[in-house]
Amino acid sequence: MEQLASLIAATLSAGTPLLLAGIGLLINERSGILNLGAEGMMLIAAAAGFAVGFHTGSATAGLIAGAVAGVLFSLIFSGLAIGLVTNQYATGLALTLFGAGLSAFAGLAYVGKTVPFQTNFAIPGLSEIPFFGTALFKLHPMVYLALLLTGVVAWVLARTRLGLTIRAVGESPESAHAIGFPVRGIRVGTVAFGGACCGLAGAYLSLIYTPLWVEGMVAGRGWIALALTTFATWKPWRVALGAYLFGSVTMIQFALQAEGVEIASQLLSMLPYIATIVVLALVSRNPAFIRLNMPASLGKPFHP
Amino acid sequence: MLRLEARPVPSKLMGYAAPVIALAITVVFGTLLFLALGKNPAASLRVFFVTPLENARGLSEVALKMIPLLLCSLGLAICYRSNVWNIGAEGQLVVGGVAAGGMALLASPDSTRAFFVLVLLAGMLGGMAWAAITALLRDKFNANEILVSLMLTYVGGLLLIYLVNGPWKDPKGFNFPYSKTFDAAAMVPKLFAGTRLSWGVLIVVVVLAAAWIFLSKSKAGFRLQVAGQAPLAARFAGFSAREGIWASLLLCGALSGLAGALEVAGPLGQLTPQISPGYGFAAIIVAWLGRLHPGGCVFASFIMALIYIGGELSQSRLGLPAAITGVFQGMLLLALLTADTFIHYRLRKA
Amino acid sequence: MLNLRRSLLLTAMLAAIGLTAGLAGCGKEEPKPAAKPADAPKAAEAPKAAPKPEPLKIAFAYVGPVGDGGWTYAHDLGRKEAEKEFGDKIKTSFVENVPESADAERVIRDMASQGNKLIFGTTFGYMEPMLKVAPEFKDVKFEHATGYKSADNMRVYDVRAYEGAYVAGMIAGKMTKTNTLGFVASIPIPEVVRNINAFTLGAQSVNPKVKTKVVWINKWFDPGKEAEAATALINGGADVLLQNTDSPAVLQTAEKMGKLAFGWDSNMTSYGPKAHLGSAIINWAPYYKKAIKDALDGTWKGETNWWGMKEGAIDVVALGDMVPADVKKMAEDKKAEIKEGKFNVWSGPLMGNDGKEVLAKDAKGDDKFISGIMFYVKGVEGKVPSNK
Repeated sequence: MEQLASLIAATLSAGTPLLLAGIGLLINERSGILNLGAEGMMLIAAAAGFAVGFHTGSATAGLIAGAVAGVLFSLIFSGLAIGLVTNQYATGLALTLFGAGLSAFAGLAYVGKTVPFQTNFAIPGLSEIPFFGTALFKLHPMVYLALLLTGVVAWVLARTRLGLTIRAVGESPESAHAIGFPVRGIRVGTVAFGGACCGLAGAYLSLIYTPLWVEGMVAGRGWIALALTTFATWKPWRVALGAYLFGSVTMIQFALQAEGVEIASQLLSMLPYIATIVVLALVSRNPAFIRLNMPASLGKPFHP
Repeated sequence: MLRLEARPVPSKLMGYAAPVIALAITVVFGTLLFLALGKNPAASLRVFFVTPLENARGLSEVALKMIPLLLCSLGLAICYRSNVWNIGAEGQLVVGGVAAGGMALLASPDSTRAFFVLVLLAGMLGGMAWAAITALLRDKFNANEILVSLMLTYVGGLLLIYLVNGPWKDPKGFNFPYSKTFDAAAMVPKLFAGTRLSWGVLIVVVVLAAAWIFLSKSKAGFRLQVAGQAPLAARFAGFSAREGIWASLLLCGALSGLAGALEVAGPLGQLTPQISPGYGFAAIIVAWLGRLHPGGCVFASFIMALIYIGGELSQSRLGLPAAITGVFQGMLLLALLTADTFIHYRLRKA
Repeated sequence: MLNLRRSLLLTAMLAAIGLTAGLAGCGKEEPKPAAKPADAPKAAEAPKAAPKPEPLKIAFAYVGPVGDGGWTYAHDLGRKEAEKEFGDKIKTSFVENVPESADAERVIRDMASQGNKLIFGTTFGYMEPMLKVAPEFKDVKFEHATGYKSADNMRVYDVRAYEGAYVAGMIAGKMTKTNTLGFVASIPIPEVVRNINAFTLGAQSVNPKVKTKVVWINKWFDPGKEAEAATALINGGADVLLQNTDSPAVLQTAEKMGKLAFGWDSNMTSYGPKAHLGSAIINWAPYYKKAIKDALDGTWKGETNWWGMKEGAIDVVALGDMVPADVKKMAEDKKAEIKEGKFNVWSGPLMGNDGKEVLAKDAKGDDKFISGIMFYVKGVEGKVPSNK
């Protein structure tokens, strides 16, 4: 039983960087922009966050620095893809290449350094509850913050004027522009939000999840976060579900291995990806279901 | 305030000037970068743009590097022109390589010299099969092809690792995760002795011509693009969007699979856990830089191959870290994309 | 030869001119003829000692970035140390992040054609590429790490990392309370399987009840996955962990969860001082020095070098304060025994975890046996992935 509780806790921790990045990318996709530079932004932020955390000794400062780095980096994307109407896919991929190189270069001085942050937390009282205490209430504050962020994003998208505007821009930038919305300004804003969230996710990895900086340490999580938004059909709570599902499949796969279950581990490693494909196929089967949320202008250039 | 204004017709002049401008931007930024690193900028830039082309061997290596990039980018250009967002050429390349490798392992010392044709065909079929999964899920289940093709890339990579660790592992290889080296009959014949270039180059030239004719001249190619870009109009004209999905994905799968086959039955000569250093992803950039045009793809894959190789040379010649290569490559690509904008737009005072 | 003579002549002329100028500048007291013909050869002799022989050019091909803090980092430390030792007698360069694809052959060929006379390929995947390049450059020496194929001018080197894993296992066997060890494994090649076995055998030598759980992550490097695998092992009851992956994430996870672990490749104490029992390190410097010396002295010959604790290539260092003195002594004693060649990790009777005897009583595993190990010894749970 305690083992299951630990598994749940580990799943929530593993899902958090995916959730953070996924929720940011969701907002920017809702406004019609697909930024394939997520991996690059996370790497830049992981390096910047670690550097600041290392020099200030504060995890909070590091996380904020990561978010800021993510925003700054996302502005390159905005400048090109929104300002100069370059192709979003190619721009995003070039940004990932650039971010990987730049972070590796800038981070060289921090390889092998450590940051002594408190990584064990417990919510007084609640963490004493048997089973649930271990499973849910002994996690890093960022885990709860990510959930809070999901709630806020869900609320903003569904209930506020801002959310309505973002959705309108994503649905039909031409009409939104005709009504008088500053389409490009809103998109720069959502991309910056995506950058900030990817930044937080990257900094979470280098400061809290595995407190170290090494070149390429994001190891494809940016790509998974991108996949999550589609998997979630652009619904915030489903991003959370997907992030934890993805985290759990990896954790369950490892737990099975630790128990000596004899399956070729390469085949086991395929599980999360195959699961995503299968769920996606089932979810998308009803065309109405996916079209309800899919931003109609996703990935298409807009020029007023 | 400056604002972008669409040109009524794309600028011919900018079409030619854009790459030059991009190169100029990169040279300026590169000079600053190399100066900041305390390196001689002229020598550094030379290593990226001239040294790889200095001799026959260098040229042949650039050509060799271009082959997979060009094949994948042609396939992707077809997909993107049909409005099919396949970003999984990498997976299609890997599975093509796997299928080709599987066929190559069947060759024996007495196999006919033409056996390599089977290997290449197997590669194309493998790539097509992998792309067909994406097409099927998109067609029957309406599943987003960006996501499916990306996820399948991961699965394909793991499939390769599984096979070289398991069933296809070289029995005499001390359990290392590599297949045995292929028999000569399975290998694509060399074009010139002393280089690594194979007949693959000739095949690519043929494919290139075919792709150009298909996209620009043929009715089928036209239908495909109309069906993708204006599904409603296409329906009235009796073209189907479904056809577009299947045809473009299968073509891209075949080309990417061929690229994989040419890698394993060419310079590699065996199946290894890694047969591509990310050609399929790089080809997405190549396709856009090449403006989804076969000729453009040739130019873009040439630039891409150059900076790949220049990056290695800058390490061994100048002692620059590999990370700088990434920065430099990213910069060049972003500059190229920026310059490209001005083919279709111009700056005006608002 | 012609060139040499010409350059000697040139030096002589330059020296003569310099002498003239110097004398002219010095003063005019000695109105000697500036350069008598007989002076020329003398002047040539003086700088003869000064021009150094061309430094031996040496190149390293690395599979990862030098900043990976693991495998490539360790090789690069070795390179730097060799450079310190030989000073201007050698000139080294490296190319990092060389994929084990068709690119490796190009990089290695380029190194050879750039005048490097000694080339190190530091990962198994460079074996075939090096084999293809070696015959084209007969005067270049090729050194390939961890492989098994060689050529006239290409030889193989490797380290006995399992010796470190064994000693770490002994410490782990003493320190575990649950009698369950955890191993985060990367890619199922013999070297990694060997380390899992050695770790287990070491632990069993002091605590027969020990069993080892293994999780494969199928990557050499992914801190996040390494941490997740470590978590899974700890949840499964393991309380002492070792890894054959490249980052310190396993140690960090153990620290966070209040368990024990080791560093691997390099000394990782700082990543988890409370959890760190010790680090099993690889030191490539002694071998690189030897190989370079061979090349400089002209004594380089085809041979296989497999270095362990004896040669200083493997060690277990920085034992933590929580390790009791008697356990520390035990570890030091075993290290000494291994160094003296008195102890072989692969000594029969050795049982596979399928219950079959692999080595009979008193039999010793030779290098051929060791290089093909692809089974778990008794006490390791599960099965080596995709081992048909």
